[in-house]
Amino acid sequence: MTTEIRNTIRFVLNDRLVELADVSPVQTLLDFLRIDRNLRGTKEGCAEGDCGACTVLVGRLFEGRVKYESVNACIRFVASLDSCHVVTVEALSRPDGPLHPVQQAMVETHASQCGFCTPGFVMSLYGLWMANPKPSIREIEKALQGNLCRCTGYAAIIRAAEAISSIGELGKDPLVAERNTITRQLALLKDGRRVEIGSEDERIVLPGSVDDLAAVLEANPKATIVAGSTDVGLWVTKFMRQIAPVVHLSHLDELRRISADGSGITVGAGVSYTEAHPVILRHFPQLRELWDRIGGEQVRNMGTVGGNIANGSPIGDTPPALIALGASVSLRKGKRRRTLPLEGYFIEYGRQDREPGEFVENIRIPFIGEEERLAVYKISKRFDEDISAICGAFRVKFEEGRVADTVIAFGGMAGTPKRAASVEAALKGAVWSEAAVEAAVSAFDQDFTPLSDWRASADYRMLVAKNLLRRFYLETQETRNTRIDRIVAVAV
Amino acid sequence: MNVMQPIDRIRGGVHEKERHESGRKHVTGTAEYIDDIPEPAGTLHGYLGLSGRAHAEILSIDFEAVKTSPGVVGVLAAGDIPGENDISPAHKHDDPVFATGKVEFHGQPIFAVIATTRDAARRAAAKARIEYRDLPHVTDVLEAAAADYPLVVDPLKLERGDIVAGFARSRHVVEGEMRIGGQDHFYLEGHISFAIPGEDDEVTVLASTQHPSETQHMVAQVLGVPSNAVTVNVRRMGGAFGGKETQANLFAAVAALAAKKFGRAVKVRPDRDDDMTATGKRHDFHVGYKIGFDDDGRIGAVDAVFAARCGFSADLSGPVTDRALFHADNCYFYPNVRLRSRPLKTNTVSNTAFRGFGGPQGMVCGERMIEDVAYTLGKDPLEIRKLNFYGGEGRNLTPYHQTVDDNIIGRIIEELEVSADYASRRQAVLAFNRESHVVKRGIALTPVKFGISFTKTEYNQAGALIHVYTDGSIQLNHGGTEMGQGLYTKVAQLVADEFQVDLDRIKVTATSTGKVPNTSATAASSGSDLNGMAAANAAQQIKARLVRFASERYGVSEADVAFEPNTIRVGADRIAFVDFIKSAYAARVQLSAAGFYKTPKIHWDRSEGRGRPFYYYAYGASCSEVSVDTLTGEYRVERTDIIHDVGRSLNPALDLGQVEGAFVQGMGWLTTEELWWDAQGRLRTHAPSTYKIPLASDRPRVFNVRLAEWSVNREETIRRSKAVGEPPFMLGISVLEAISMAAASVAGYRIPPRIDAPATPERVLMAIERLRAAKTNG
Repeated sequence: MTTEIRNTIRFVLNDRLVELADVSPVQTLLDFLRIDRNLRGTKEGCAEGDCGACTVLVGRLFEGRVKYESVNACIRFVASLDSCHVVTVEALSRPDGPLHPVQQAMVETHASQCGFCTPGFVMSLYGLWMANPKPSIREIEKALQGNLCRCTGYAAIIRAAEAISSIGELGKDPLVAERNTITRQLALLKDGRRVEIGSEDERIVLPGSVDDLAAVLEANPKATIVAGSTDVGLWVTKFMRQIAPVVHLSHLDELRRISADGSGITVGAGVSYTEAHPVILRHFPQLRELWDRIGGEQVRNMGTVGGNIANGSPIGDTPPALIALGASVSLRKGKRRRTLPLEGYFIEYGRQDREPGEFVENIRIPFIGEEERLAVYKISKRFDEDISAICGAFRVKFEEGRVADTVIAFGGMAGTPKRAASVEAALKGAVWSEAAVEAAVSAFDQDFTPLSDWRASADYRMLVAKNLLRRFYLETQETRNTRIDRIVAVAV
Repeated sequence: MNVMQPIDRIRGGVHEKERHESGRKHVTGTAEYIDDIPEPAGTLHGYLGLSGRAHAEILSIDFEAVKTSPGVVGVLAAGDIPGENDISPAHKHDDPVFATGKVEFHGQPIFAVIATTRDAARRAAAKARIEYRDLPHVTDVLEAAAADYPLVVDPLKLERGDIVAGFARSRHVVEGEMRIGGQDHFYLEGHISFAIPGEDDEVTVLASTQHPSETQHMVAQVLGVPSNAVTVNVRRMGGAFGGKETQANLFAAVAALAAKKFGRAVKVRPDRDDDMTATGKRHDFHVGYKIGFDDDGRIGAVDAVFAARCGFSADLSGPVTDRALFHADNCYFYPNVRLRSRPLKTNTVSNTAFRGFGGPQGMVCGERMIEDVAYTLGKDPLEIRKLNFYGGEGRNLTPYHQTVDDNIIGRIIEELEVSADYASRRQAVLAFNRESHVVKRGIALTPVKFGISFTKTEYNQAGALIHVYTDGSIQLNHGGTEMGQGLYTKVAQLVADEFQVDLDRIKVTATSTGKVPNTSATAASSGSDLNGMAAANAAQQIKARLVRFASERYGVSEADVAFEPNTIRVGADRIAFVDFIKSAYAARVQLSAAGFYKTPKIHWDRSEGRGRPFYYYAYGASCSEVSVDTLTGEYRVERTDIIHDVGRSLNPALDLGQVEGAFVQGMGWLTTEELWWDAQGRLRTHAPSTYKIPLASDRPRVFNVRLAEWSVNREETIRRSKAVGEPPFMLGISVLEAISMAAASVAGYRIPPRIDAPATPERVLMAIERLRAAKTNG
């Protein structure tokens, strides 16, 4: 097989085609915009994907359609933008022309004070408006989980978000009206070739296909694999690490597929949290809250389930739930594929069962039975856009009032996502009752020795782990007032 | 003479809900912050090298790898400073630009690398090899007290009445302690300075500073040049909140130093992590208190010691800890009282100004004492609050001997109780808690009284400069800085109103030490009080000249000349403003004036603890209801109602934004914003990934905020308005108190819940566990 190679990165920036032959593996979109292109409406607030001041929209072509999503330019690598449409705040209105409806709404509701976060909010709200012109308050809040404002207290920004559709008509928006044109343009750019930039410690590869990816990684076993860059981005912006050679994979349509069959779903390694959202919710509605609380909207648009697993973090959001669900991970090296249970993938802190040159190709999540109950609880200092202090997933199979089987997995309690084997053992076979739960909670002390850090103390982690089992039990018994209602609970 | 049809009123006058002057620029991304300004060719970039130890002797520094790193132009350390290696705003010579000999906190600047790009400078700065010899360090305030660490400034004592007798007469005496966490400002635009060298000893610095004059003086001091050689300009900041009152001086000094040394423009912008590590924050406090009260809950005596984590140097810790004492009474009369500050040195970054400036810490402790009284007696805390409000014969004297003579808290509370439906909602909460075992609710209504003026009397002055040009356009400049609060908008509205011209005729230009000298920091909520008055004064000077000119020119009395919307009325005739200005210019009338203002009536004797430090008080109240999960300690604010007093508002839209924003920031301080140092003295919550400020989804789900429209400042402030920047910050206390009530429910509301701040889910759960255990054992 001969692979056709291109040596430039090509994308559309606002209304211009950009073609770059000289791109550094660590070059971020934010620095490119601000320093190289002097587009300074996009701001740097944190350089770690947490504040949203650098929010821009990226339109990506997937199976013939372009979808615009908010992303954090600070941790997005320029190389990953090949065949994309990047839209910055500068594209929304001309200097002396009328404001874009999103901008007009923000001005009319006094939604900016210092103004530094404002372009990021404008872009997030623009992304939301395009996807959902009449959002509910909760949908607005969800779209803004990745945008920090320190001045306004957000009330005015929410008012702005609610007002947009009364100010402008979505159909007249350029990105909507000209969708076909840009789709054709991106389709031309997406030529299926392998892209190679630089050499040695500046080398970037965007493989042309999954087979090509396998070949590239086999030949470059020390390469850094980048999917959504929500983690690797920080290696660069915060730790100034050299990451070359870099192999990107999130542009590969084959890895962006998510499919369901009679027994479960298969999630390609390049599927973002946002792309997985509808399928996950359809088949695993118990994961809705967890899924909606992964990072902020921008991070969910960039980050992948595959990456969340592959990097082996003990506090990743999805592994406890996926372990409880009995998920397996398929790894590939060259032409060789193997599948292993997800819980076996995490060996110890910082070490996973992945050989050099091997990559996560997909994740398989089997459905659970009718007689089974599943719940996932994420506990963090701040409810949204925070890393979990503790994340517990509980799955119990009941037979005639007894626990026929159970899987309980935790994040934040050990050096890896880990099952509570002793607690499971204590519960198995028992009559599902408060007494059985109280008898089982002490087994947490055998299963875990959590650490104290800035997210939580060891004592809190242990106590909450036990209380989450109690909560799980309570929720099988009653439905009222077992949790804080995240919608509206009091009279207005 | 042209005859004009009179119009009703100008566009954008004072008291109007005018939009922020930069609103359009904010939303289009065209508002320029310092990092957005096009750099001159050859601009260099500086990056600071920070200490990797909390307290250590520096044995040696090897810069070899730094100097040979790609793009590096030079390294600057203490020896490169031609003037003084000090930027202490307290003039205590305890705040070096670059550490020498030893480091006193983890993250203290030791050197700066100057390179052709910021990235190159940053990478090079990480390559310095520094050998340290560790010394014992303390980060915690109680550890500092135990280790006999010194005080960074002289403490303050406020005393009135006889506490020994007061406690002796009290039926109940409760002692307690409270820890109150600090807070990072988390302005979205981090620190940045951009210095452009000029001829001779001159330098111009664009700095993100709330205090351009101090930045100017500090740069001059470091460079060893007179202040007249240094110009500091600030168009706007991307947020500040007190974090850029003194902390910008470091970056300005380093940028200026490098600009003069290398003869090129130099920009210094730290990464967010370094910004949060190397610059000061709100002071953490430990308060030990004792309160005596009778069976009704009427307070008889209060004795409290406020120990603060000041960090390694004085900075503003003196006035910050003073203000904690000034606000420990909040709205309550303490018949016998002694309040003492203990500004302790610690091996942490030097803490600094932050919205409220110590006042919130004092006030939250005052409210904690009310809570202790209420739960000890089994009463509604609001009942205790109302019982102890200032008011009535002999009950108006503060612990610092200022009489509270503008008290409107009674009316505010009364209105809020009704509009928030407090009484019946409290009953509903109590009923809910009887039935609900996991989720518990709490509701609290808390007041705010905040003193307005710099307690350092000399800061209560301001200047402004107005030019009227011959085309009728007006340029306005004043000493206040724009950090988002809308100061430029408000002052422009005032000037428009003075001249009776439409607002778009007025341009506010960047704050500059070259236009208005010797200004005070835009701080202490004083921005519009001081600068609004100074600008009005400048306008009035020009108007007086114009009136005199019109009177002479048209032969009418001065009383017959009036500024009406976009026109001048002279007798029965009206002249368009622009035509009138042209004729005044032709008649050689001076169309420019420098205005000045100083706050009257205030005086303060710190050594005696007596005086009138505040010109007036601003008031407000908030009522919050929360739900708390007693299995995890998680909570959410279900509803908050606020009534806040801004006197007669200069701009109700901007003031409302200040109140909403301050509340959420105050709530963040008391809930999820936690500063956490590890055993090595490293701050580990130094970025938004680890330091959690409120999100849109954290704001109260129901949020009813209004201004007390009926309020008029009884003092002669600018248009009878009141300051708004800081006072509403403390409205967030209602959230902490509501969480406390929910926690107290597990012990029948009879044990003071005493949740320390910030009330993270962990602290809330641990308090609930403690209360449950106490109930079982008690």
